Amino acid sequence: MIPGSFEYHRPSSLDDAIGLLSSLGEDALLVAGGHSLIPMMKLRMAMPEHLVDLQDVQSLKSITVDTNQISLGAMVTQAELIASDELHAACPILRETSLQIADPQIRNLGTIGGNVANGDPGNDMPAIMQMLGATYVLAGPQGTREIAARDFYEAAFFTAREDGEILTTIKFDTPTAGHGWAYEKQKRKIGDYATAAAAVVLTVSGGVCETASIGLTNVADTPLWAEEAAGVLVGSALDEATIKTAANAAVAITDPALDGRGPVEFRKHIAGIMVQRAVAKAAQRAQ
Amino acid sequence: MSDIKINMTINGQAVETTADPRTLLIHFLREDQNLTGPHIGCDTSHCGACTVDMNGKSVKSCTVFVGQANGADIVTIEGIAEADGTLHALQEAFRQNHGLQCGFCTPGMITRAYRLLQENPNPTEEEIRYGISGNLCRCTGYQNIVKSIQIAAEELSHKEAAE
Amino acid sequence: MNDQTPISREERIEKLQGLGCSRKRVEDARFTQGKGNYIDDLKLPGMLFGDFVRSPYGHARIKSINPEAALAVPGVLAVITAEELKPLALHYMPTLAGDVQAVLADEKVLFQNQEVAFVVATDRYAAADGVELVEVDYEPLPVINDAFKAMDEDAPLLREDIKDKMEGAHGPRKHHNHIFFWEEGDKDGTEKALDDADVVVEELITYQRVHPCPLETCGCVASMDKINGKLTLWGTFQAPHAVRTVASLITNIAEHNIRVISPDIGGGFGNKVGVYPGYICATVASIVTGKPVKWVEDRIENLSSTAFARDYHMTGKIAATKDGKITGLWAHVLADHGAFDACADPTKFPAGFFHIVTGSYDIPVAYVGVDGVYTNKAPGGVAYRCSFRVTEAAYLIERMIDILARKLDMDPAELRIKNFIKKEQFPYQSALGWEYDSGDYHTAMEKAMTTVDYKALRVEQTENRAAFDRGETRSLMGVGVAFFTEIVGAGPVKNCDILGLGMFDSCEIRIHPTGSAIARLGTISQGQGHATTFAQILASEIGIPAEDITLEEGDTDTAPYGLGTYGSRSTPVAGAATAMAGRKIRAKAQMIAAYLLEVHEGDLEWDVDRFQIKGNPEAHKTMKEIAFASYNQAIPGLEPGLEAVSYYDPPNMTYPFGAYICVVDVDVDTGVIDVRRFYALDDCGTRINPMIIEGQVHGGLTEALAIVMGQEISYDEIGNIKGATLMDFFLPTAVETPNWETGHTTTPSPHHPIGAKGVGESPNVGGVPALSNAVHDAFAHKGLTHTQMPHDHWRVWKVAQKLGLTD
Repeated sequence: MIPGSFEYHRPSSLDDAIGLLSSLGEDALLVAGGHSLIPMMKLRMAMPEHLVDLQDVQSLKSITVDTNQISLGAMVTQAELIASDELHAACPILRETSLQIADPQIRNLGTIGGNVANGDPGNDMPAIMQMLGATYVLAGPQGTREIAARDFYEAAFFTAREDGEILTTIKFDTPTAGHGWAYEKQKRKIGDYATAAAAVVLTVSGGVCETASIGLTNVADTPLWAEEAAGVLVGSALDEATIKTAANAAVAITDPALDGRGPVEFRKHIAGIMVQRAVAKAAQRAQ
Repeated sequence: MSDIKINMTINGQAVETTADPRTLLIHFLREDQNLTGPHIGCDTSHCGACTVDMNGKSVKSCTVFVGQANGADIVTIEGIAEADGTLHALQEAFRQNHGLQCGFCTPGMITRAYRLLQENPNPTEEEIRYGISGNLCRCTGYQNIVKSIQIAAEELSHKEAAE
Repeated sequence: MNDQTPISREERIEKLQGLGCSRKRVEDARFTQGKGNYIDDLKLPGMLFGDFVRSPYGHARIKSINPEAALAVPGVLAVITAEELKPLALHYMPTLAGDVQAVLADEKVLFQNQEVAFVVATDRYAAADGVELVEVDYEPLPVINDAFKAMDEDAPLLREDIKDKMEGAHGPRKHHNHIFFWEEGDKDGTEKALDDADVVVEELITYQRVHPCPLETCGCVASMDKINGKLTLWGTFQAPHAVRTVASLITNIAEHNIRVISPDIGGGFGNKVGVYPGYICATVASIVTGKPVKWVEDRIENLSSTAFARDYHMTGKIAATKDGKITGLWAHVLADHGAFDACADPTKFPAGFFHIVTGSYDIPVAYVGVDGVYTNKAPGGVAYRCSFRVTEAAYLIERMIDILARKLDMDPAELRIKNFIKKEQFPYQSALGWEYDSGDYHTAMEKAMTTVDYKALRVEQTENRAAFDRGETRSLMGVGVAFFTEIVGAGPVKNCDILGLGMFDSCEIRIHPTGSAIARLGTISQGQGHATTFAQILASEIGIPAEDITLEEGDTDTAPYGLGTYGSRSTPVAGAATAMAGRKIRAKAQMIAAYLLEVHEGDLEWDVDRFQIKGNPEAHKTMKEIAFASYNQAIPGLEPGLEAVSYYDPPNMTYPFGAYICVVDVDVDTGVIDVRRFYALDDCGTRINPMIIEGQVHGGLTEALAIVMGQEISYDEIGNIKGATLMDFFLPTAVETPNWETGHTTTPSPHHPIGAKGVGESPNVGGVPALSNAVHDAFAHKGLTHTQMPHDHWRVWKVAQKLGLTD
């Protein structure tokens, strides 16, 4: 498995990177960690003439956590995300999720920006970001624009990002202190994509669920935000019956494909089980 | 396409050369640098036989272009023993505890464990199993690999305590 | 040569590091330092690289091949197609199974990823660029991906090249997609036993297509020295001598002008026994270009073109009395061999040793019939970590026994014990013609059951089932029992050969003047640690410390002829040759010692590392002293030097056995299976190196786990192979793999010089039924009789759903 030829570029600033993308046009592709793109290039399913490597763009590497907002630079690796105690204290679902992505070596190179930007429905972070209500910042020749994660994904590998734009930052409201969280992912083995996975963040007060949000991974050609399912939980005591109803509502919006992980019916079923388990775990963790 | 200049440190030695940018780091190391310790087992970043240490992190060199590694500090299995030839505690422990059979995964496995024990000097069995979960072995069933890493960890911490 | 340091007898034994000790491996120093020498590490001056253009179709006619654009790529030197091979009569090659296989597709392709053209370039990048640009025009044809439809009346003709050849290598072919029919046993008697039985159970049991998938793929470097007319072929060969002979027959290069070298091999498991198109194409390319040519496949090519294993659809019927005594076994197999019959079996056995299917049980009458068919799948049918088709046989009988136990409402362990061949019945003649050399099944089973406290497990299971029914848990506990008997060590030349080459093996020993030695064997290690263990055998035989013995394998110019390493044959055959060669050394040493000590040979006795005068141990000559004497003394009637060679033709196979018990917990909601406990008791006869045996068992069990829980090579209806990368082809990581518990009994082989039987394949043979039986057992009380492997999440969940256990 040998990739085709390309010219390699390594800009040191965001402006240079944007400039390169503009001048090279659609024959150029961005590379961050490379663990989605390079296998495609080795299979010659992607044959860019230019590769623009973002590793020297220092402005894309910060993690900022404050009381109201969390902001993640696109070039933050999964390993860095896992290592940040500050981030973990504020939003623990990110570490829980990252640890279920690929394996240690790949997490050392794989970035949050690459994970959310390339539109692979198998990636885990897009559903997390939809669930958290995150906003993506895109920088292009015409300046920057923001788009909600919930509006970003159009189809498998098709997103709202235009050619020439770079996804630079992911930001979202810091979840309420004391929230419950869980990312439940069923997979065949370490390194696999989800058969189905569910992300849940919720808050509980006096035994009643006050807020809830649910995201689903790899059960449609885009990540899914299960708004109705989360609505079922709000106001309930998160009892078993309610959780099941919510899971059914989540399953109703899934549209997975048959693949080596199982037939459609099974993957929908697992989506429901993952929602049930994630909600139950989040409820237990909520303070 | 035109070659690019490459500057790297490999096993402590500065390397200055040129390469086709599409060269995969594993091929650069094996074929240009004659470091045939790291292997290719799957081509798709699943098996970890190509694991090397890049800037203090374990990476799969089959999924890194040489250009991406430009400027990096690389350590391969060939650079893990001490300069005087004394084997690393992991190399010794793998031999003592039958942590290898055909030997094909071994360089990647040891190179990964070398970094793991720096990240987490006293790992539990479960932490070791997750820590090497990016490295496949077809021969050993991992049991003696895990044992070897545990024993090397103990050895290294004794050594550190003694120093 | 003064060797007078007085050390005790125990110290002398210790120093030898001989049989039975856990000697550390001598191979490990290079492997742990990245200094192994695998095929892709080999680099020769001017070496070129070859890469294949492969078929995207499962079945298609090739209308044209245009290499022009590829030849224009800088660095691309040649594009070889079947047209170029035809004048050399190399477009087809003989397979080990008596068929032929296209080296490069001859006018049509028969499976996806079949080799169509070979691009030769200055490096692998240019070769890949060339492959991309070879234009092939295909006309797709209807595909057969289901063995059960291969012999339908209207089934498309796959093998046009042999369409008129209705007499196959194993008798008449009854359909254009039929390969052979083979049978053994007493058909009428077995049918009568079925008719007369109190109870008959019948089941179709499929052992799915899998792949050995060693971590190193297959590859070679061919180098034709045109001046001397010598071809050197380095490669991942489990049988280097056989490759040399085959290469000579195919290419017409005289055998003495071919040197085959197997360097370090990164795992084989049967994948590296066959001869693949890459070897032929690299050789042709080297002859054409006059330069060394390397070919190394990538993982997708490996999983989709070189070797597969299993793909057996087995129908079994067992007859029994109502109290559980088995009275007969009938089996029929529909064997899917893919597009070419490239199975690696001894010539007379197109279904390998499948007729070991009566297993560990005293079954009075039995019959098996096997039909092989062609389909649009990759060729192969290799013995993946098992002796030829033994794992299929063990899976069938061990599943059938569980099914019978369920039918009779008996405990499956108890039913096994009731039908075991008894210790006093050995040597035992099986109904299907084998002579089991030795065994003590009852002792092994009892030890295994005691170790895991089998009764307590069944009590716990009863409680678990009640709790499940009360809705307190969604997890079901399963206990899997398997008792296997293997047949390994092929084998007696009288009935085992490959392409006419008898399956003996060999060892040649030279003792150096200073008392160290080199031994060369016809086998080749792929991780088994031969350099360590064979030196141990020899150390015990000739009294030279193992560390003073170099073991060399894999170079046909230096090693004696042997049939290689697969089918657990190295220890039973080459291990025996090693011991026998050692005994020849010792016999000559005894004559030398008698001369030196001025006594008759009969006055001497062997003791650890020396000959001593009976009753006077102080008067002795050590092997080291004898070795020197053999080089420096003129001994009347004896040639100088101390060398021996042994070609060992075993009188029988060996029959390792084992009792495996495991416990699984099945999550009914997700289909996820947790292997909570697995205990493997192996009896491989005399144990040469317990550390290595244990390692082999761990590895074989892990491969069994992979097969049972997820491995499958499947094809869709238009012939596309599914999941030929390590994303989809299930190889468990350290996280999915449990800790294995091991134990042993020791029943030496009565006919092997040191009583050893072989162990590397037992855990795969026994592990598969044990794990699969455990999964079935979890659902048995709900009515599950049988469900096909792999027991991956969705299939297990479907079982639960069918049984009404899901929401």
